[in-house]
Amino acid sequence: MKPTLTPAADTNAEHEAMRQLPMTQRSLGKEHLLNSLQMADFVSDGFLRFDELIPKDLCEQLMEELNAGLYGPYETEGAQWDEVWPEPLAAGKIFRLPAVRGIIESLVGPHPRYDHHCPHMRKGPDNGHQGLHQDAEIDPRSSGFDIQISLFPHDIGPDMGGTLFVPGSHFRKVHVSTIGRYQNVLGQVQTVCKAGTIVFWHTDLWHAGRANRTDSKRYMFKLRLNPMVRQLKLWNTDDLADPETMKQVVPILRRSQPWMGVENRIELMNRVKLWREITGDPTFDLNMYWTRTGNTPQQGYVPLPD
Amino acid sequence: MITTPSPTAAGPTTGLRQNLLFLYLANSSLSSAVVAWSNYDGTTTDPPEMDDPEPPYTSALAAMRDGWRVLQVSPLTAPPTGREFDLDYLKFEVILEKLEEVSV
Repeated sequence: MKPTLTPAADTNAEHEAMRQLPMTQRSLGKEHLLNSLQMADFVSDGFLRFDELIPKDLCEQLMEELNAGLYGPYETEGAQWDEVWPEPLAAGKIFRLPAVRGIIESLVGPHPRYDHHCPHMRKGPDNGHQGLHQDAEIDPRSSGFDIQISLFPHDIGPDMGGTLFVPGSHFRKVHVSTIGRYQNVLGQVQTVCKAGTIVFWHTDLWHAGRANRTDSKRYMFKLRLNPMVRQLKLWNTDDLADPETMKQVVPILRRSQPWMGVENRIELMNRVKLWREITGDPTFDLNMYWTRTGNTPQQGYVPLPD
Repeated sequence: MITTPSPTAAGPTTGLRQNLLFLYLANSSLSSAVVAWSNYDGTTTDPPEMDDPEPPYTSALAAMRDGWRVLQVSPLTAPPTGREFDLDYLKFEVILEKLEEVSV
């Protein structure tokens, strides 16, 4: 039975009801889900980018609907995601594509909660860069994460100021634009892409829109979703038991970013924590970081008799 | 009565103006690598350039050797107990200044 949520409901009982959803309610085949290497990329970088995943005709339809004002910045916050944007709206078609749903379900599980969306449309030319920021309030969660999805429905050239991300910044607990002082971070990646490219990102990832120096209007459609199930083995984990997979996962999780400096090890420790949480494996570690720091033996020492 | 003067049109007129350079370093040494940077230039009304993939200097020491004066260096602080592995802001900030004469 499909659960229902009162819009904006936020009670523990309803959350618990959603958590009790049996995994058999997943409606997608495993072929649409992420694999463990992609999940490791997400844990490491805080985002996954899929180039030209969305068909061009749907992108065109979406932009026409955006121009017609069919999407306000917010639907009913807290609504069940499955019920937002029924087809034939372009957003309904796009986010129900099996390839898209598979990625969503891999990250936040089946039947996530709609948080909000926001069409970003910026007419150029302008010189104004948006300051670097992390969305919403300080995220105090030590486990679990929301995702945001950025869809670029047309080609984004280097002068269009497509969303800039700071890879690996998603473990930093800051508050919105308190990081606006930072203009450039080594390793930052500005989105330059073809139409239909879509980025799924950890909602705590540092990001900013840059100036659109062209005469064209820049579109980006952003959507935030909340998990309603524990984020444990939600992707296609068939490869997880394969030692060859883990041989590849480890270097992905160890992959440093040039801005991390001496705090690189602490970043890696946070990745280990998240990997442990989503795989359910409390023994996983890199370089014995947590094994070492958690080593407080309680076994008494009994000296040998003389 | 003290009144606040009306703001004048922004932009350089004459006199000394601050040009501030924020460098964020890989560790607390002023000769360690720059990992992030910002420039707030009071001598111009031009918006800051934010698309340069490379920092203006390799280290704070290199900037000092180019005439930048250090205004402030982040203090070294231990994390609170229980938060040893939490991460937030960039830790090693050095604020540097150049005073420059401007004239219309």
